[in-house]
Amino acid sequence: MTDISQQPKSVPPPAAASGESWFYNPKIRGYASQIIVVLLLLWGLSEIIGNTQANLKKLNQNFGFDFLTQAAGFDLSTSLIEYSSNSTYGRAIVAGLLNTILVAVLGIIFATIIGFVVGVMRLSKNRVVAGAATLYIELIRNIPLLLQIFMWYALVLKPLPGVKDAYSFFGSIFLSKKGIVMPHPNFGSGAWIGLLFLIVALIGTWLFRKRARKRQDETGKITPVWLISIPIIILSPFVGLALAGWPLHFDYPELKGFNFTSGMTIVPEMAALLIALIVYSATFIAETVRSGIQAVSHGQSEASSALGLSRGMALRLVIIPQAMRVIIPPLASQYLNLTKNSSLAIAVGFPDLMYAGGTVNNQSGKAIEVVFILMVVYLSLSLLTAAFMNWFNSRMKMVER
Amino acid sequence: MKLLKLLALSTVFGLTAAAANAATLDDVKAKGFVQCGVSQGLIGFSNPDESNNWTGLDVDFCKAVAAAVLGDATKVKYSPLSAKERFTALQSGAIDVLSRNSTWTMSRDTTLGLSFAGVTYYDGQGFMVPTKLGVKSALELNGASVCTQTGTTTELNLADYFKANKMEYKIVAFEKNEEVLKAYQEGRCDVFTTDQSGLYAEVLKFANPADHMVLPEIISKEPLGPVVRQGDAAWFNVVKWTYYATLNAEELGVTSKNVDEMKASANPEIQRLLSVKVKNPDGTDADNDFGKGLGLGPDWAYNIVKQVGNYGEIFERNLAQLKIARGKNALWNAGGLQYAPPIR
Repeated sequence: MTDISQQPKSVPPPAAASGESWFYNPKIRGYASQIIVVLLLLWGLSEIIGNTQANLKKLNQNFGFDFLTQAAGFDLSTSLIEYSSNSTYGRAIVAGLLNTILVAVLGIIFATIIGFVVGVMRLSKNRVVAGAATLYIELIRNIPLLLQIFMWYALVLKPLPGVKDAYSFFGSIFLSKKGIVMPHPNFGSGAWIGLLFLIVALIGTWLFRKRARKRQDETGKITPVWLISIPIIILSPFVGLALAGWPLHFDYPELKGFNFTSGMTIVPEMAALLIALIVYSATFIAETVRSGIQAVSHGQSEASSALGLSRGMALRLVIIPQAMRVIIPPLASQYLNLTKNSSLAIAVGFPDLMYAGGTVNNQSGKAIEVVFILMVVYLSLSLLTAAFMNWFNSRMKMVER
Repeated sequence: MKLLKLLALSTVFGLTAAAANAATLDDVKAKGFVQCGVSQGLIGFSNPDESNNWTGLDVDFCKAVAAAVLGDATKVKYSPLSAKERFTALQSGAIDVLSRNSTWTMSRDTTLGLSFAGVTYYDGQGFMVPTKLGVKSALELNGASVCTQTGTTTELNLADYFKANKMEYKIVAFEKNEEVLKAYQEGRCDVFTTDQSGLYAEVLKFANPADHMVLPEIISKEPLGPVVRQGDAAWFNVVKWTYYATLNAEELGVTSKNVDEMKASANPEIQRLLSVKVKNPDGTDADNDFGKGLGLGPDWAYNIVKQVGNYGEIFERNLAQLKIARGKNALWNAGGLQYAPPIR
């Protein structure tokens, strides 16, 4: 047996030794290597910046963002804000950004709904249902997204008629190769009363749900909250509008010459992109949901049925709330993927951020500035999504007692 | 040790990268080929066949530069570029010269850090419509959907033309030309617009060329020409005078077939073009070498004409199949705009 306290006598501590060089001191070496890495990094960075500056100067160009206020001169096929060829480059980029956000938000909502349904279907005891879900997932997620966008674009365009023979629904919605044209709602003064009624209905529903929960806790009686409140939520804005004297009228699409004038148009490029993004991302979300549900131990469903819950209730009240903890983190990265994948819009000519940025870059020649803007904007979009999902995750976390 | 090596390597590469930017001519001579930016496929200008052999007016220009600099017209490597990529590719040094039916405009000349070396083809923007649409003039296109390519002057002229004529239109723009064509043929839009030469070239690819017609209006000036980086005067001169050499050769009647006989010509202009040595009165040779000023060998123009041809030959070879007449692209003395300063 060796006595530990005796060891220092035989082996001297490295730092204390006067004969040892500082070169072999692990502490100094640790610091030194870190300082060297930082210096190299700084040197590399300054080299990149300096080189860029020198090369720009050689090409007689200067770095700056004042080009953003110049007139763009090109049009975009669809925009959420007022935009024409007289607008500035900056506005073109904003219009593109809004289109990206529109596609990302719609894509996330529908992909989540489809993903959850398919994910649950895949675990169904019914062979046909489970098989269909498996087939869909394995088929779609193994084909490159770009290919699917092209396919959907062709599928959307091919079978549709020209604008003169457009399919008409109720004489006010028209479907043709040039897109879906719908009546455009116009709100007059007093329309805020409708909005007010909607907000009141939402708050009412929230209070109602709270009371119903309390009642269930006290008496065990279940109130069908959604059955009652959903019709009320849907009807309330109309009641409000009716009381305000119906300050709402629609601009109906009208076929004049080559195109429908007035009305709202969803261009086929956007439809194809959205369908492709939703169908593709839903497969990944479905797999995430399935893995989440399977991560909940089997004992939980046995315990639920022992308590007399039906399979649907067990899923809704016991399994899914626990599965959510597993689902949310990977779900967040699926949302980020969807947002970033939307930049493939350029392939079918939908004017998203990438498209608008690319065109601005090409017309203004400010490659470095535009790429910089695009990177910063995509990064902020992703960080915002991630922050939201982190907040949601901490809300859904199991509360440990 | 490894770190030191890395440091040394990155320094060397950093320096060479900077140097490459400065002297394209030396760079091209050193690597032995010209890296030429071309289109992704436009019949008559730059188009690859199944075995990736490129042909066209723009391609022949690349070959002419290679013939002048390296003495071998085959020493060209092609980079197919989309309209959006082209200027960035040139700015970054990925290509030596951009010969890709690109329009010379003021902003491109002054803000992109690039220089246009000449106008190898005078073009103008036109419209194509399906015959069954029954449109006879571009002024009847109010409200139409128009297919075009993003990042082009076409996109800008289109907006200007409809604005100036107080008409509305809906743009349908794609990054790649083939997607524009597909959308037009699919009926996504009523009108296809690009440079008129492009319209004539593309209609040949259609299943039924007779079902489409080009409208009479030309709505813009589209001077197309080769582009180089600004601030590299030596290379700019080489590219510019390659173009002028093809014009001067045509003007002087020097063709790829008769160039060898022409070396014996007594015409001083031809002697200067082909760097033919002349006799001094005392019987000694006098140099007539204009390649020296370009940093090239004396056979620079001989090689261009011998291996690629003069401007007229290049035009015939590539654009006759599109049934495009010389028109504005005839020589100045034949009523056109093609004019080269003299070699002297």
